[in-house]
Amino acid sequence: MSDEQAKKKFFYLNRKAPYGTIYALESLEVVLIGAAFEQDVSLAFVDDGVFQLMDNQDAAGTGMKGFSKIYRALGDYEVRKLYVEKESLETRGLSIEDLMPITYEDENEDYAEKPSIILVGKSELAKIIADQDVVMSF
Amino acid sequence: MSTLHTVNKSAYERNALKSCLDHALPGDAILLIEDGVLAARKGGSIAPALTAAKASCKIYALGPDLAARGIVAGQVLEGIETVDYAGFVDLAAGASRVCAWL
Repeated sequence: MSDEQAKKKFFYLNRKAPYGTIYALESLEVVLIGAAFEQDVSLAFVDDGVFQLMDNQDAAGTGMKGFSKIYRALGDYEVRKLYVEKESLETRGLSIEDLMPITYEDENEDYAEKPSIILVGKSELAKIIADQDVVMSF
Repeated sequence: MSTLHTVNKSAYERNALKSCLDHALPGDAILLIEDGVLAARKGGSIAPALTAAKASCKIYALGPDLAARGIVAGQVLEGIETVDYAGFVDLAAGASRVCAWL
Protein backbone atom coordinates (compact mmCIF):
# COMPACT_ATOMS: atom_id res chain seq x y z
CA MET A 1 0.00 0.00 0.00
CA SER A 2 1.42 3.41 -0.92
CA ASP A 3 1.56 6.26 1.56
CA GLU A 4 -1.16 8.06 -0.34
CA GLN A 5 -3.53 5.10 0.03
CA ALA A 6 -2.78 4.81 3.73
CA LYS A 7 -3.64 8.46 4.29
CA LYS A 8 -7.05 9.01 5.83
CA LYS A 9 -9.10 12.09 6.47
CA PHE A 10 -9.17 12.62 10.24
CA PHE A 11 -11.66 15.18 11.50
CA TYR A 12 -11.72 16.51 15.04
CA LEU A 13 -15.03 18.01 16.17
CA ASN A 14 -14.59 20.46 19.07
CA ARG A 15 -17.71 21.65 20.88
CA LYS A 16 -16.51 22.56 24.38
CA ALA A 17 -15.03 25.76 25.79
CA PRO A 18 -11.45 25.47 27.05
CA TYR A 19 -10.40 25.21 30.74
CA GLY A 20 -13.84 24.25 32.16
CA THR A 21 -13.27 20.67 31.07
CA ILE A 22 -10.25 18.75 29.78
CA TYR A 23 -11.81 18.12 26.33
CA ALA A 24 -10.07 20.95 24.45
CA LEU A 25 -6.57 20.07 25.64
CA GLU A 26 -7.13 16.34 25.07
CA SER A 27 -8.35 17.10 21.55
CA LEU A 28 -5.17 19.01 20.77
CA GLU A 29 -3.04 16.12 21.96
CA VAL A 30 -4.88 13.66 19.75
CA VAL A 31 -4.71 16.08 16.81
CA LEU A 32 -0.92 16.19 17.13
CA ILE A 33 -0.76 12.40 17.21
CA GLY A 34 -2.83 12.20 14.01
CA ALA A 35 -0.57 14.79 12.39
CA ALA A 36 2.56 12.86 13.45
CA PHE A 37 1.24 9.87 11.49
CA GLU A 38 0.90 12.13 8.44
CA GLN A 39 -2.85 11.87 8.15
CA ASP A 40 -5.02 14.47 6.43
CA VAL A 41 -6.09 16.28 9.59
CA SER A 42 -8.75 18.95 9.93
CA LEU A 43 -10.47 20.48 12.94
CA ALA A 44 -13.88 22.03 13.41
CA PHE A 45 -14.94 24.44 16.13
CA VAL A 46 -18.68 24.41 16.78
CA ASP A 47 -20.92 25.66 19.61
CA ASP A 48 -18.77 26.58 22.66
CA GLY A 49 -15.78 25.07 20.85
CA VAL A 50 -15.26 28.42 19.12
CA PHE A 51 -14.07 29.83 22.48
CA GLN A 52 -10.98 27.61 22.17
CA LEU A 53 -9.63 29.99 19.52
CA MET A 54 -10.20 33.27 21.41
CA ASP A 55 -7.34 35.70 21.18
CA ASN A 56 -5.63 36.98 24.37
CA GLN A 57 -6.13 33.84 26.47
CA ASP A 58 -4.16 34.01 29.73
CA ALA A 59 -4.68 31.04 32.06
CA ALA A 60 -1.83 32.02 34.41
CA GLY A 61 -4.15 33.08 37.23
CA THR A 62 -6.08 29.81 37.19
CA GLY A 63 -3.15 27.51 37.89
CA MET A 64 -3.99 25.61 34.73
CA LYS A 65 -1.75 25.13 31.74
CA GLY A 66 -2.45 27.75 29.10
CA PHE A 67 -2.48 25.85 25.80
CA SER A 68 -3.81 28.39 23.32
CA LYS A 69 -0.37 28.87 21.75
CA ILE A 70 -0.45 25.26 20.55
CA TYR A 71 -3.19 26.16 18.05
CA ARG A 72 -0.83 28.67 16.45
CA ALA A 73 1.84 25.98 16.07
CA LEU A 74 -0.48 23.54 14.27
CA GLY A 75 0.63 24.87 10.89
CA ASP A 76 4.13 23.51 11.55
CA TYR A 77 2.57 20.04 11.84
CA GLU A 78 0.75 20.46 8.52
CA VAL A 79 -2.56 20.96 10.27
CA ARG A 80 -3.92 23.72 8.09
CA LYS A 81 -7.69 23.39 8.07
CA LEU A 82 -9.42 24.85 11.10
CA TYR A 83 -13.11 25.16 10.26
CA VAL A 84 -14.99 27.61 12.45
CA GLU A 85 -18.77 27.65 12.30
CA LYS A 86 -20.17 31.06 11.53
CA GLU A 87 -23.48 30.55 13.35
CA SER A 88 -21.69 29.48 16.55
CA LEU A 89 -19.61 32.69 16.49
CA GLU A 90 -22.66 34.87 15.88
CA THR A 91 -24.70 33.29 18.70
CA ARG A 92 -21.88 34.18 21.10
CA GLY A 93 -21.41 37.74 19.81
CA LEU A 94 -18.05 36.86 18.27
CA SER A 95 -16.50 37.47 14.89
CA ILE A 96 -13.34 36.15 13.28
CA GLU A 97 -11.50 39.27 14.55
CA ASP A 98 -11.96 37.97 18.12
CA LEU A 99 -10.03 34.80 17.28
CA MET A 100 -6.27 34.45 17.38
CA PRO A 101 -4.55 34.70 14.01
CA ILE A 102 -3.51 31.18 13.00
CA THR A 103 -1.45 30.75 9.86
CA TYR A 104 0.66 28.23 7.99
CA GLU A 105 3.51 28.64 5.55
CA ASP A 106 2.66 27.52 2.02
CA GLU A 107 5.74 25.74 0.66
CA ASN A 108 4.30 25.96 -2.86
CA GLU A 109 4.18 29.75 -2.73
CA ASP A 110 7.60 30.65 -1.33
CA TYR A 111 6.44 29.99 2.25
CA ALA A 112 3.84 32.74 2.17
CA GLU A 113 1.84 32.90 5.40
CA LYS A 114 -1.77 31.91 4.85
CA PRO A 115 -4.70 31.76 7.26
CA SER A 116 -5.59 28.31 8.64
CA ILE A 117 -9.00 29.41 9.95
CA ILE A 118 -11.80 28.78 7.48
CA LEU A 119 -15.23 30.24 8.27
CA VAL A 120 -18.04 27.88 7.28
CA GLY A 121 -21.79 27.83 7.66
CA LYS A 122 -23.72 24.97 9.25
CA SER A 123 -24.78 23.34 6.00
CA GLU A 124 -21.27 23.58 4.60
CA LEU A 125 -19.89 21.92 7.73
CA ALA A 126 -22.46 19.12 7.46
CA LYS A 127 -21.04 18.31 4.01
CA ILE A 128 -17.46 18.46 5.31
CA ILE A 129 -18.34 15.88 8.00
CA ALA A 130 -19.85 13.62 5.34
CA ASP A 131 -16.52 13.70 3.48
CA GLN A 132 -14.40 12.34 6.37
CA ASP A 133 -13.00 8.87 7.00
CA VAL A 134 -12.75 9.23 10.77
CA VAL A 135 -14.56 11.65 13.08
CA MET A 136 -13.34 12.20 16.63
CA SER A 137 -15.46 14.28 18.98
CA PHE A 138 -14.35 16.34 21.93
CA MET B 1 -21.82 7.01 2.32
CA SER B 2 -23.95 7.81 5.34
CA THR B 3 -23.01 8.88 8.83
CA LEU B 4 -24.19 7.43 12.13
CA HIS B 5 -24.62 10.25 14.64
CA THR B 6 -24.75 9.38 18.34
CA VAL B 7 -26.12 11.70 21.01
CA ASN B 8 -25.47 10.92 24.69
CA LYS B 9 -26.63 14.09 26.45
CA SER B 10 -30.11 15.12 27.54
CA ALA B 11 -31.69 17.50 25.06
CA TYR B 12 -33.20 19.31 28.04
CA GLU B 13 -29.81 20.16 29.51
CA ARG B 14 -27.43 20.49 26.54
CA ASN B 15 -27.56 21.41 22.87
CA ALA B 16 -25.91 18.19 21.64
CA LEU B 17 -29.09 16.87 20.00
CA LYS B 18 -29.89 20.23 18.43
CA SER B 19 -26.39 20.50 16.95
CA CYS B 20 -26.65 16.93 15.73
CA LEU B 21 -29.98 17.61 13.99
CA ASP B 22 -28.49 20.77 12.47
CA HIS B 23 -25.58 18.83 10.94
CA ALA B 24 -27.17 15.53 9.93
CA LEU B 25 -27.67 15.06 6.21
CA PRO B 26 -30.63 13.24 4.62
CA GLY B 27 -30.04 9.50 4.77
CA ASP B 28 -27.96 9.66 7.94
CA ALA B 29 -28.88 7.67 11.07
CA ILE B 30 -29.18 9.17 14.55
CA LEU B 31 -28.84 6.95 17.62
CA LEU B 32 -29.84 8.24 21.05
CA ILE B 33 -27.82 6.68 23.88
CA GLU B 34 -27.30 7.27 27.62
CA ASP B 35 -29.12 10.50 28.65
CA GLY B 36 -29.74 11.17 24.96
CA VAL B 37 -32.67 8.73 25.09
CA LEU B 38 -34.64 11.14 27.30
CA ALA B 39 -35.54 13.03 24.11
CA ALA B 40 -37.26 9.93 22.74
CA ARG B 41 -40.11 10.12 25.25
CA LYS B 42 -43.48 11.28 23.97
CA GLY B 43 -44.78 14.65 25.06
CA GLY B 44 -41.46 16.40 25.61
CA SER B 45 -40.74 19.82 24.13
CA ILE B 46 -37.99 18.36 21.93
CA ALA B 47 -40.38 15.82 20.34
CA PRO B 48 -41.46 18.06 17.42
CA ALA B 49 -37.83 18.56 16.37
CA LEU B 50 -37.22 14.81 16.39
CA THR B 51 -40.45 14.16 14.52
CA ALA B 52 -39.38 16.68 11.87
CA ALA B 53 -35.96 15.05 11.56
CA LYS B 54 -37.59 11.66 10.92
CA ALA B 55 -38.55 12.86 7.46
CA SER B 56 -34.93 12.72 6.29
CA CYS B 57 -33.07 10.62 8.88
CA LYS B 58 -33.69 7.31 10.59
CA ILE B 59 -33.79 7.72 14.37
CA TYR B 60 -32.94 5.01 16.91
CA ALA B 61 -32.79 4.80 20.70
CA LEU B 62 -30.80 2.31 22.73
CA GLY B 63 -33.24 -0.01 24.54
CA PRO B 64 -31.24 -0.69 27.72
CA ASP B 65 -30.76 3.07 28.25
CA LEU B 66 -34.51 3.69 27.78
CA ALA B 67 -35.34 0.87 30.21
CA ALA B 68 -32.87 2.14 32.79
CA ARG B 69 -34.63 5.49 32.76
CA GLY B 70 -38.13 4.05 33.03
CA ILE B 71 -39.15 4.86 29.49
CA VAL B 72 -41.29 1.90 28.40
CA ALA B 73 -42.21 0.88 24.85
CA GLY B 74 -45.51 2.78 24.60
CA GLN B 75 -43.89 6.03 25.68
CA VAL B 76 -41.32 6.14 22.90
CA LEU B 77 -42.09 8.58 20.07
CA GLU B 78 -43.68 6.99 17.01
CA GLY B 79 -41.10 6.14 14.38
CA ILE B 80 -38.13 5.90 16.72
CA GLU B 81 -36.76 2.40 16.51
CA THR B 82 -35.41 0.78 19.65
CA VAL B 83 -32.19 -1.19 19.23
CA ASP B 84 -30.10 -3.33 21.58
CA TYR B 85 -26.30 -3.28 21.85
CA ALA B 86 -25.94 -5.65 18.89
CA GLY B 87 -28.13 -3.25 16.91
CA PHE B 88 -25.80 -0.41 17.87
CA VAL B 89 -22.89 -2.41 16.46
CA ASP B 90 -24.82 -3.10 13.25
CA LEU B 91 -25.57 0.60 12.82
CA ALA B 92 -21.92 1.55 13.37
CA ALA B 93 -20.71 -1.18 11.01
CA GLY B 94 -23.20 -0.12 8.35
CA ALA B 95 -22.17 3.53 8.40
CA SER B 96 -19.15 5.09 6.67
CA ARG B 97 -18.30 7.05 9.82
CA VAL B 98 -19.60 7.64 13.32
CA CYS B 99 -19.94 11.19 14.60
CA ALA B 100 -20.50 11.57 18.34
CA TRP B 101 -22.27 14.63 19.72
CA LEU B 102 -21.04 14.86 23.29
